Amino acid sequence: MVENRPFTQFMAYLTLALGIVIVVFPVYLAIMASTFDAATIVNGNMPLTPGDQAGENYSRALFYGGKLAREPVSMMMMNSMIMALGIAFGKILISILSAYAVVYFKFPFRKTAFWVIFITLMLPVEVRIYPTYKIVADLGLLDTYTGLIMPLIASATGTLLFRQFFMTIPDELLEASKIDGAGAFRFFKDTLLPLSMTTIAALFVIQFIYGWNQYLWPLLITTKSSMQTIVIGIKKMITTTDALTEWQIAMTTAVLAMLPPVLVVVFMQRLFVKGLVETEK
Amino acid sequence: MEKRAHFSGWTLPLLLIVPQMAITIIFFYWPASQAIWQSFLREDAFGLSSEFVGFENYVHLFEQPEYYRAMVTTAIFSSLVAFFSLACSLLLATQADKNLRGGQAYKTLLIWPYAVAPAIAGVLWIFMFHPTLGTLSKPIKAIGIDWNPMLNGNHAMTLLVLSATWKQISYNFLFFLAGLQAIPKSVIEAAAIDGAGPLRRFWTVIFPLLSPTTFFLLVVNIVYVFFDTFGIIDAVTGGGPAGTTTTLVYKVYADGRLGGDLGGSAAQSVILMIIVIALTAIQFRYVERKVQY
Repeated sequence: MVENRPFTQFMAYLTLALGIVIVVFPVYLAIMASTFDAATIVNGNMPLTPGDQAGENYSRALFYGGKLAREPVSMMMMNSMIMALGIAFGKILISILSAYAVVYFKFPFRKTAFWVIFITLMLPVEVRIYPTYKIVADLGLLDTYTGLIMPLIASATGTLLFRQFFMTIPDELLEASKIDGAGAFRFFKDTLLPLSMTTIAALFVIQFIYGWNQYLWPLLITTKSSMQTIVIGIKKMITTTDALTEWQIAMTTAVLAMLPPVLVVVFMQRLFVKGLVETEK
Repeated sequence: MEKRAHFSGWTLPLLLIVPQMAITIIFFYWPASQAIWQSFLREDAFGLSSEFVGFENYVHLFEQPEYYRAMVTTAIFSSLVAFFSLACSLLLATQADKNLRGGQAYKTLLIWPYAVAPAIAGVLWIFMFHPTLGTLSKPIKAIGIDWNPMLNGNHAMTLLVLSATWKQISYNFLFFLAGLQAIPKSVIEAAAIDGAGPLRRFWTVIFPLLSPTTFFLLVVNIVYVFFDTFGIIDAVTGGGPAGTTTTLVYKVYADGRLGGDLGGSAAQSVILMIIVIALTAIQFRYVERKVQY
């Protein structure tokens, strides 16, 4: 700080506090709503302090589900978890291997291969949904985890991230390994992989959140309610015909849907920030 | 950039690159080329046969007033969200950059909405501003506004902008804070010695030095509003009321799914691809210039 005026300090605290209130309030309201019964919410006079229905709402949502979504939320969470982990691990696996090939080997069409992968950086799945849907349908992958996961790992961010990291590793390490008689497999396993652990973890955090929060793709390719992810499930609990919406269950589900990715961000904040900043570079 | 030392051999690297190549070709290049091809075809009503119609789908698209409306909606939506989320997060980041007690706690409390799915963010906001049971609808109605985002297009758009901005603040905040912390303190001290007050320092020193971050975030935010807000729109308004919140991406979805017009939907996809490629190209050109500066 250049100068330390009490007034500017005070304003800074005030602005931040206000910002935090705005950021937290919608979620606070959802948590409160998950502790009341339907009648209290529907009459529009929900108190801002917790009610006593939390146990009832959470156990009903987790093990029975809403009237409209028809599946227990615990099952939807399981589907979301499989999808998020599949996307995170799948992407890490294919991209660390291809980055290793592109950086540490000289082979024909290496540059071409790199560009073929690099171009995918530009186009999110949303612009090619129907053709992708058709291909997944033709391959018989509708309503499968493979169909949920595969099209979403077809992107270059991971490869670029690992390539960038590998370029910072000194050449001397490879030269030394070669003198010690290590082959490509040994070098990867004993030298490169241990060095890449932070990068892998950072990519994992980002991809887990990305996978857990997917919406359009699972909406299209899951038709069975047993394959539904939680983000889709909650949307189905809210209908335009208000009478059918069970807001207390919908809000309970919303809280459950936010929990895993938010915990990941809060407890792995350093990795999260690293992953976010470096995948965007 | 090249590595000095390499492994020799062909088969191993090719085996290593095959999984990614296969997935990229099957789930990226094939559908993308299908989209381009389909945009030149027209299917009959039953989807049994299709004929090559050249640019007819595109011509038809640009004859639809709804398409222009979706363009205008997208433009309004993305500029409002980009402006408000950048402004709010810059304000918060400049405050958090001052050496306050508990700085790390503020950061944590501000960044977690990044982890909330767009569709969930939409659900939270529709609950808060629901015309009959929303906690915040009552004060709005008390000042005489007949608040109803289910029926009034402007109210629906306001609600979308609010929820999309709320969701994006954390991301912008992180990058602005990193950008601010990278500005050398000596520059700011020099300006202070020259007699510049905090506001003057901000507009003449800090803001210009921050411009690469701001520009980068502007592009990222526009792309975010184009694509990632699909979940918010579907959860909050479903493109309604009466199509007032149908953006370009939402229209691709609605036309292909509900209308069954695959050719028209594919033509829209191709136009979107061109827009994204243009945005990315602008960003890359700028990033290169940033390196020199």
